[in-house]
Amino acid sequence: MKSKSLILFLAIVLLISFFAYIAFFGLNIGKYEIVPATDLIKLGLDLRGGVTVLLEAKDKPDDPVNDEKMERAVATLRERIDTLGVTEPVITRVGEDRIEVQLPEIQDPDRALELIGQTAQLEFIEEETGAVIITGNDVKKAQAEFAPSEDGLGQAPVVAFELSPEGAKKFAEATERNRGKIIGIYLDKNPISLPQVKSVIPDGKGVITGSASMEEAGDLATLIRAGALPVPLETLSVTAVGPQLGANSFEQSVDAGTIGILLVFLFMIFYYRLPGLVADITLVLYLTLTLFVLAALKATLTLPGIAGLVLSVGMAVDANVIIFERIKDELQLGKTLRASIESGFRRAFLTIFDANFTTIIACAILFYFGAGPIRGFAVTLIVGVIISMFTAITITKIMMKLLTQGGLLKGMKYFGERGVK
Amino acid sequence: MKTLNVMGYKKIWFGISLTLLAIGLVFLLINGGLNLGMDFTGGSSIHANIGKTFEVSEIRDIMDKYDPSATITHAGQNKDQVIIRTKISFDNEKRIEIMKAFSDKYSIEAKDISFESIGPTVGKELAMQSLTALLLAFLGIMIYVSFRFEWRFGLASLTALIHDVLIMVAAYAVLQIPVNSTFIAALLTIIGYSINATIVIFDKIRENIKSERSRKMDYDSIVNVAVNQTLTRSINTSLTTLITIFALYFLGVPAIKDIAFPMIVGVLSGCYSSVLLASPLWVALRRRFKVS
Repeated sequence: MKSKSLILFLAIVLLISFFAYIAFFGLNIGKYEIVPATDLIKLGLDLRGGVTVLLEAKDKPDDPVNDEKMERAVATLRERIDTLGVTEPVITRVGEDRIEVQLPEIQDPDRALELIGQTAQLEFIEEETGAVIITGNDVKKAQAEFAPSEDGLGQAPVVAFELSPEGAKKFAEATERNRGKIIGIYLDKNPISLPQVKSVIPDGKGVITGSASMEEAGDLATLIRAGALPVPLETLSVTAVGPQLGANSFEQSVDAGTIGILLVFLFMIFYYRLPGLVADITLVLYLTLTLFVLAALKATLTLPGIAGLVLSVGMAVDANVIIFERIKDELQLGKTLRASIESGFRRAFLTIFDANFTTIIACAILFYFGAGPIRGFAVTLIVGVIISMFTAITITKIMMKLLTQGGLLKGMKYFGERGVK
Repeated sequence: MKTLNVMGYKKIWFGISLTLLAIGLVFLLINGGLNLGMDFTGGSSIHANIGKTFEVSEIRDIMDKYDPSATITHAGQNKDQVIIRTKISFDNEKRIEIMKAFSDKYSIEAKDISFESIGPTVGKELAMQSLTALLLAFLGIMIYVSFRFEWRFGLASLTALIHDVLIMVAAYAVLQIPVNSTFIAALLTIIGYSINATIVIFDKIRENIKSERSRKMDYDSIVNVAVNQTLTRSINTSLTTLITIFALYFLGVPAIKDIAFPMIVGVLSGCYSSVLLASPLWVALRRRFKVS
């Protein structure tokens, strides 16, 4: 009986260590490979770097914002962002009239913000009268290419465009009318090129000069191709995290958290001795399960999320502390150790449940109202609290019982109680 | 073991709390309110890893053109990073200019620079949402405790919670640390955390009332016994939580410090209010509103 219990205890410890090892380091046996759970958890943009932009559609009195326009705006933005070649861009509508754009690990935030921020209303304007001849809607195709530069000496990047049949017709008439004069090409009322009409253009094909680089010409072509936003979008907030800075904060925070957690482990052993060690083993399982659950939920780990995770360890200890103190109370009433453990766990359960449920209430509210990284904090804390209740109540109990049956855990003094009555 | 006479010295506990809150209020009046950060007022922040030591005046020279009132602080373990905060929400053009000035002077790349810019609209919403969230949290917890225990326990724990929130606000009023959304997150976490300890104690009080031994005891003694029975737990749990938060505070990056600091204040206040304030409040309520 004694040795059987101890073997079982050791088996549990080994199993927990095994799971913990997989969670942090993964496993690779022959052709089977298990990726570490830590690799499956997505990092927030504050840790991996990237740009988050919150945009709001501006109502015009005669042209209110509606669902259909917002959807078109999202599609337009998506097309523009595709040229950036960002992996996993996320474009989501927030509420009625807002759009959030997330671009992970982007190297050149300036260019991205240029592309996102513009309404991109393209207009060809007759200089003499100020009349708009054609707009971006009349453009069928636009692409960047090299063309002989105006001085004839080299090649310059341009945007070659092709108009729709109606556009071509309007353009032909306008070039006829304005021969020798200037037709300005404007983007959001800013002139990008002011060419002089040399001859009539009947086929609706032409080029826009004035781009400084091929990349700039490419972006302009994208803006024209994707078309103008159906509603002007105002930038409410921009967050850009440099990838290197993000990686640094991830490393440093994980280190800080690890040290904090190790100190808690030491404290528990110092104060509660053998049961303290049991609590620590349970905490390892707790951390492991939390990582697996976060990976399974596809949760995003943010910087405050790491804080939440570390904090939740401090709080997870609480369930164990409540149980151990409860067992001591029962022992003081003169019960046997086995009976004390049994009733200690039973009576501690409701206390632990009530105490943790309020944390869940607070975190749920935080999740509902919070934004971005703060949500990550709420999620890790909720997951942490639930799992800590489970591990403390089940695993700690089983291990404590096995230790008692194995004769390693005998009485009061094993709970670090000094001055026993 | 020495016991803590919670009920006997209740005037002292309340006195200490009221004094701290009064100090907070005075500072609040002197400073004309809290120092609201960019999350609430709108504004910009730039965090750059310069990679070598630098003088604040060098950065000031760059920033003067854009906002002479910008706050500039060192960050990072080797003091080789800078954090600049301004109340102006820079547009893309201005931002690119500033970034260029930095990369020209210190030859750093985009990957070493973070920036954030928030317009005033978002800030106003955040203030509204934060208040709603706080009220909802208070309400939710009050209802839950009243449902699981009874309304006097609910009201007493709610008062202790409001105390903790006010202490945290007082700390920010005195130190004039910018209040941002992380502060709100810390407030809500502390609300969830502090009630934890209160519930454990109330649970013990309720249990003791039912027991044989307490038949001849008055409420003061019942509370004293219950608080002392749970004292080890109250202290140990606060200690383990504090250990982790202190590690984050001393070893973490600025963004983590922003959330760790208010939590340190909150955990200390939460421990204090749960052990020393909540139960005497409950006894007072119990006497005032007797069960018929």
